[in-house]
Amino acid sequence: MGRKEEVRLIDDNGLRVDGRRLDQLRPVKLEVGVLDKADGSAYIEHGRNKILAAVFGPREAHPKHIALADRAVVRCRYHMAPFSTDERKSPAPSRRELELSKVIRESLEPSIMSEYFPRSTIDIFIEVLQADAGTRCAGITSASLALADAGIPLRELVAACAAGKIDGKVVLDLSDIEDKKGDADLPIAFMPKSNAIGLLQMDGSMTEQELSQALEMSVNACRTIYDMQRDALRRKYHVEHEETGPEEIAEVKA
Amino acid sequence: MSATHQPPPLAKLEQKTVQDIILKGKRIDERGPLDYRPLTIMLGAVEKANGSAEVHLGKTRVLAGVKIQSGTPFEDTPNEGILTVNAEFVPLAYPTFETGPPDEDAIEVACVVDRGIRESKAIDLQKLCIDPGKKVFVVFVDIYVLDHDGNLIDAAGMAALGALVNATMQEFEVKNGEIKYKDSKMALPMKNYPVPITTAKIGNPIVVDPCLEEEQVMSCRLTVTTDKNDNVCAMQKGGLGVFSPEEIKQIVSSSIQKSRDLREKILSKVN
Repeated sequence: MGRKEEVRLIDDNGLRVDGRRLDQLRPVKLEVGVLDKADGSAYIEHGRNKILAAVFGPREAHPKHIALADRAVVRCRYHMAPFSTDERKSPAPSRRELELSKVIRESLEPSIMSEYFPRSTIDIFIEVLQADAGTRCAGITSASLALADAGIPLRELVAACAAGKIDGKVVLDLSDIEDKKGDADLPIAFMPKSNAIGLLQMDGSMTEQELSQALEMSVNACRTIYDMQRDALRRKYHVEHEETGPEEIAEVKA
Repeated sequence: MSATHQPPPLAKLEQKTVQDIILKGKRIDERGPLDYRPLTIMLGAVEKANGSAEVHLGKTRVLAGVKIQSGTPFEDTPNEGILTVNAEFVPLAYPTFETGPPDEDAIEVACVVDRGIRESKAIDLQKLCIDPGKKVFVVFVDIYVLDHDGNLIDAAGMAALGALVNATMQEFEVKNGEIKYKDSKMALPMKNYPVPITTAKIGNPIVVDPCLEEEQVMSCRLTVTTDKNDNVCAMQKGGLGVFSPEEIKQIVSSSIQKSRDLREKILSKVN
């Protein structure tokens, strides 16, 4: 969190800099199966975040010594494009990217039935093309869709969203300026059916009460995103059946 | 690329023993579920560092050293000193720690400790400005894991805090952007005292301050760093398991309680 300056992030009408209410998500657009060669892929636009996720596998573990006898090895790389940020970012992986790769993997791995694929690897690649705060969450949301698109058995889709605190108030889904000038950020990844949080990080300053309020707010937003994820999958995989009249059914039976 | 870790070098039978004992509400080292291991902290062990602290948490040993040097400020904070935290899993600490640059686990420890210090605004960085936009003091916190018996994040966080409160620097005066050192020494300007508390989930029960064997069977852990005003300033979940929102609230609550004693213990060492 940046140091607080004299910037008002919430106006007199209780609206935020981009006109959102305190508990309102930024616009989210999801698309499944956007890459030709990957086994599974997805694209997300979350606010001004633009992120591509691709999944390869299950495929043979390489090098072989990394293989596990009773499950697939899940590998994950979160990476930001050099042009994705205000200042050019070096393409070499930063400490932040290495840490995020780890926590993102740990949030997706509980959803993957990796015990079905011993001695293999499942590789997840997340490329941030444009960053606008909340990239790890948008990355997880898209990567979970890419896993589903690859046909990998999942216990559940993983949805992710952050809540935080700006101008002393708990709000949902911080934008870039809110993240920089705000007081706290709490990204989570959530599986609604199992009521399970697989990623939880926090920085800033919050009281115990604010924290539990932010937690509830982000959990609810994850449910909304989860529904969007299911819709995105349906759009890709829904098969249009030709109108079947009663006579035709009778014909088939005969 | 971050990959699933190899299974721990703990026999299946041992794993089961650790889990079974916890299900009975006990622990292999005979602690209660919410008991911390004995903590000792020694300040100023390394004289050449500006500040240092060695923490013994059970058999876990972590040494942290603070070095203060001048450097160039970041563009977006021209009036502030700089904090950098680094953690090394030294090969002498554990059979599988390897030489080379820090791996993702070491990076995670450094990041979590860094966030605690940074977000609680523990160091008064504005007092470390020499010439705005040109020259500031850089506070290097280097964490050295010497013996790994579990819960490195907490041990590292407390060692770092100890080293910071122990740190002194040459008193200085700035005139026309020129720095002039005085003969006397001053303490590093501190405003807050963050303490991390890590809780592990093993099966369903939760235990605070997991030892190595417990870490090897845990499904996941949650670190909650709190400041002197009982505000939460950093959190990190780790491991392949999951928490329910209710479990998280419960852990936050107990971590706030627990951190008070430990903070007092560390600060009582400062003269």
